Amino acid sequence: MNPETFTVDTVIDAVSAVFLVVGSLMSLAAAVGLLRFPDLMTRMHAATKPQVLGLFLLLAALGLQMRTWWVWPVLVVAWIFQLLTVPVSAHMVGRAGYRTKHLHPELLSTDELEAVVQQAAGTRGFTDDDGDQPAGRR
Amino acid sequence: MNRKRISLRQELPLLVWLVVVWGALWQDFSPGNLLFGALIAVLVARLFYLPPVELGGRFNVLHAAAFAVHFLGKVVVASFQVLYLAAAKGPKVISAVVAVPLRSHSDLLVTATGHVTALIPGSLVVEVDRSTSTLYIHGINVRNAEDAEQLRRDVRATEAGLIRIMGSQAELSALNQELVP
Repeated sequence: MNPETFTVDTVIDAVSAVFLVVGSLMSLAAAVGLLRFPDLMTRMHAATKPQVLGLFLLLAALGLQMRTWWVWPVLVVAWIFQLLTVPVSAHMVGRAGYRTKHLHPELLSTDELEAVVQQAAGTRGFTDDDGDQPAGRR
Repeated sequence: MNRKRISLRQELPLLVWLVVVWGALWQDFSPGNLLFGALIAVLVARLFYLPPVELGGRFNVLHAAAFAVHFLGKVVVASFQVLYLAAAKGPKVISAVVAVPLRSHSDLLVTATGHVTALIPGSLVVEVDRSTSTLYIHGINVRNAEDAEQLRRDVRATEAGLIRIMGSQAELSALNQELVP
């Protein structure tokens, strides 16, 4: 082994080690957030978001360690699918949580959605029907 | 069946994406495999018909690259902020639901803005009002009106970046008009 490849290997190993540790730290953050945050919405922040960075770092470390180019497209596709699905699931759970009042109003500094929902419920009568535009319909 | 015919050009981004996924899953980008992937992509797009996405007709690669770097930087910063909040504030954290009226009325841009906002830790799209294209965003650690205003500015800046990448010509000139005076 000549000295040059040795240093390149060391650098790649060091970078992927840092990526793996920081990526795992993000998963730890999710766990801590789930335990510590007070209501469903704030827990959603902790549960879904650190995965964006955490998964990115873990996949990048994996790609660096595999040393073959054809593994990169799979990793990129995996990450993009994660990016596409995370906001959708977070939105659906958050929306359902808001509607079923799984939140602590005293922990909100402002709630600009409440008035709109009240108004929509008032003009249409209270129904369980969730149209495409539940709020702000005139 | 009354289906609106989609031109091949409009469908091309979807087909290219499907072929890339096919190649990535087989881990084989040889021409033969890609050709077979393209065949399956066309077949899938014909069989499982989706309403066409209305694109703005332009895509700026330079702005997209800058936006991607900016986005990644924001995600890194915000991830550590959420980690700090979880560890330090925990149950006492104050948040807010903020209404953010967007400039654009195109479904694509509203969706993209919502996605990018939701991917950056600390903000979550609770509700979308399509008729007025307003996003209702739950922001963590929004303690007062100033923080809420900051969140609103951030989301609108995200939207401005997306308009520069793929907004229609009309939206782009409206944005430039707004920024000049």
